[in-house]
Amino acid sequence: MKDMMPNFNLVQPADLASAVSALSDAGEGGWAMAGGQDSLDWFKDRVKRPSTVVDLSGVAELSGITETADGGVEIGAMTTLTDVENNAVIQEKFGVLAMAAGRVASPQIRNVGTLGGNISQDARCWYYRAGLDCYRAGGNTCYADTPEGMNREHCLFGASRCVAVTPSDTAVAVATLEAEMVIVGPGGERTVAAADYFIGPDVDIERMTVLEPGDVLTKIRIPGKWAGAQFFFEKVADRNTWDFPLVNMAGAMKVTDGMIEDISLTCGGVECVPRKLSVVEDIVRGSAANEETANLAATSAARGASPLNYNHFKIPLMENLVKKAIRG
Amino acid sequence: MQKKFSSDRYDPQGTARDDVSRRHFIKGVVACGTVAGAAGLMTGCSGDGDGGSAPAGSAERLISINVNGMSRNVDVMPNETLSHTLRNKLGLTGTKLGCDRGSCGACTVMVDGTTVNSCSILTHTVRSANVVTVEGVGGANGELHPVQTAMIEELAPQCGYCTPGQVVSGVALLQRNPNPSREEVRQALAGNLCRCGAYNNYVSAIVKAAGSA
Repeated sequence: MKDMMPNFNLVQPADLASAVSALSDAGEGGWAMAGGQDSLDWFKDRVKRPSTVVDLSGVAELSGITETADGGVEIGAMTTLTDVENNAVIQEKFGVLAMAAGRVASPQIRNVGTLGGNISQDARCWYYRAGLDCYRAGGNTCYADTPEGMNREHCLFGASRCVAVTPSDTAVAVATLEAEMVIVGPGGERTVAAADYFIGPDVDIERMTVLEPGDVLTKIRIPGKWAGAQFFFEKVADRNTWDFPLVNMAGAMKVTDGMIEDISLTCGGVECVPRKLSVVEDIVRGSAANEETANLAATSAARGASPLNYNHFKIPLMENLVKKAIRG
Repeated sequence: MQKKFSSDRYDPQGTARDDVSRRHFIKGVVACGTVAGAAGLMTGCSGDGDGGSAPAGSAERLISINVNGMSRNVDVMPNETLSHTLRNKLGLTGTKLGCDRGSCGACTVMVDGTTVNSCSILTHTVRSANVVTVEGVGGANGELHPVQTAMIEELAPQCGYCTPGQVVSGVALLQRNPNPSREEVRQALAGNLCRCGAYNNYVSAIVKAAGSA
């Protein structure tokens, strides 16, 4: 018999206001649980020990996909990845998000795992996951960035004591689509751009997003800006299923008469936040969507990278993915 | 009766094998544990979170869940996973527990027709749902589901540990897509690990079942 996770008080609110107040009552010991696909692993491993778990699955207003007046869509944070992947509007207008959602983990996990949870998920660095007292866990060292540290999956950019990367496939897609995140907390509602939603260790080493304890991500608003663009998504991982990306790339291009009018390109698995490749975007904007532009853009894709002992391979991986994205 | 536990002795030839199977013995112990209310002892957890009064909206422990078309009353801890409830409280040991981390798919069951890893959801989150386990996919009189028959014909199960999960994933696929392509079957089974490596046999079985179902 496998043992159980340590006990907690389970609160199952039916509406958002009760969820927020339950979280604020719980204070430090509170934990907002979306699909629970990552939460329960943390609890079973005894690494996170909340006293109160607030299960958001009963809050109906947090799921669903609706079209908005500006030609975009608004996706409830508790919408499952399977629903995002199979939604006709998202497939037609924002295919990159449907592709990314369909590449997450396994069918069973996508059936329960939510878009909000996938975007906001915690780092996969195994030193951190194993419960070691690293910087991210509130300690005073990094186990991955040492001469003998196993850091094949870790970052190329933005290291600041911690070298963990964003493990999310959908985060790069929503960053590419320049989504807005709607957050409700004890102080009311606020909206944060995707570019500001994800934070690196230099801003706060113990969190991956701007969500404060007690906050609930309620909606992901995709603006109409990139609707119907030419999309690219590719995830490179060791396994084709149930794996996190080594590097993933999401792109949206508007191409007219073979010329790239506008482009949005985001790379995951190389920094703590989804890395917007703005230098590449600037280089190719206004150029022809062809092999030559792709090769030129690739040379700048990983500029400034500081690889660790075992992750140099991510540099050519990034460059090749940029080539594929721009070649179309 | 004295021979009842003789299988505890070292007996490489199996000459002293009795008629009480290991499976029935374990099931009996599990049932006794449940009746005696020993869930706390089995799991090493106390009943309530911190002993204080539960806040509004807290989950009640005595609930009924719908499993394989039957409403079952059961005492469920707040931190209890569906696989734990199924295996240890309802005696539905067809659902296997492999990794207990949502990686292997051995514990796959259907919740309202979609597949989930029962080790990775809390039983309290499926109170109003219909749960179908491998015990519930066949006919009322124990007839096998076409997916199960096809798996036997295709020699898919080797050690058999992942088979219940493969069956449930296959049945769920055929329910929403009666004529899947081989690639669609592969995708549908992508969350079910088979350590024996019989993936092709499982895929072939489901393709075969789709033709006959």
